Amino acid sequence: MTPFDLQQWIDKTTQGEVFATYKGAITADLISNILNLIENKLEGMNEDLKVKKKVFNVLVESLQNLYHHIDEPPAEEELDRNFAIFILSKADGRYKISTGNFVRHDRIKMLRDRMDQINYLSRDELKSLYKLILNNEEFSDKGGGGLGMIDIARKAGNKLNYNFYPYNEKYSFFSLDVIVSDF
Amino acid sequence: MEPLSIEGTPKTPTVILDAEKGKIEIKGRSIPENSIEFYKPVVDWLEKYSSEGPKKTTEVIIQLEYFNTSSSKCILDVFKKLEGVHKNDNEVVINWYYEEDDEDMLEAGEDYQSILKIPFKMIEIED
Repeated sequence: MTPFDLQQWIDKTTQGEVFATYKGAITADLISNILNLIENKLEGMNEDLKVKKKVFNVLVESLQNLYHHIDEPPAEEELDRNFAIFILSKADGRYKISTGNFVRHDRIKMLRDRMDQINYLSRDELKSLYKLILNNEEFSDKGGGGLGMIDIARKAGNKLNYNFYPYNEKYSFFSLDVIVSDF
Repeated sequence: MEPLSIEGTPKTPTVILDAEKGKIEIKGRSIPENSIEFYKPVVDWLEKYSSEGPKKTTEVIIQLEYFNTSSSKCILDVFKKLEGVHKNDNEVVINWYYEEDDEDMLEAGEDYQSILKIPFKMIEIED
């Protein structure tokens, strides 16, 4: 198996019309700056309000997911401590939000199970699960219970398209693509 | 009881809590990374309002353009405090505003409505 090549993944993901790419540490200020930048861009594009709002919502949840749950990247890559990649692009008239970050192998199962469950559920079932977690579960300031992922799937109206690329004995690279439906 | 007023920022809403008028307003965006910290004074104020004798009628205006999942739990906490006010034979109505065509925001309001025992009024803001 060929080892995971970060640059190759970036090249593959930044095809089509790219509105924003970011590679580095995810901080609260950075999130503010990205949101501001993208909001201005969408504003100037005469995009449908509904689509604009969906894109913005998915962006917020995706970036804040990274902010709250990120693992330290492998030392070999000499990357920032909160390293992640974020790309907003458009292909076939639909917006795609891609994120990538390194995760320890021991977290993969939990993430995979959670995303598979979300992908398996219907729109109405997702709504019920969201309400159940919102109302019943104690969760920390970091969010929790996977509410962020459920919200992303609900707002986007699409499946979570994820991949885990083995990197070394301790880490994999976790990529997540979300396409925002324009229904 | 002293009113509480918090000015909005690009990530946090404008909040006006006025016990004299029985008016609760949360407007703007609620997308902070740490929502619990932001909402703590709001929830504390409502706790006090609820226990120190609220107005016979409390008007609640929620007009959010965006809110993140971190805020969603805190907003539910706000509503649960108001549910307490409502339970004690006071009139409380939550006016949930959403922009025309913003079905996601309407649905978010309906999600809360189905969880809570408190009247909601869904109000579409026309362009």
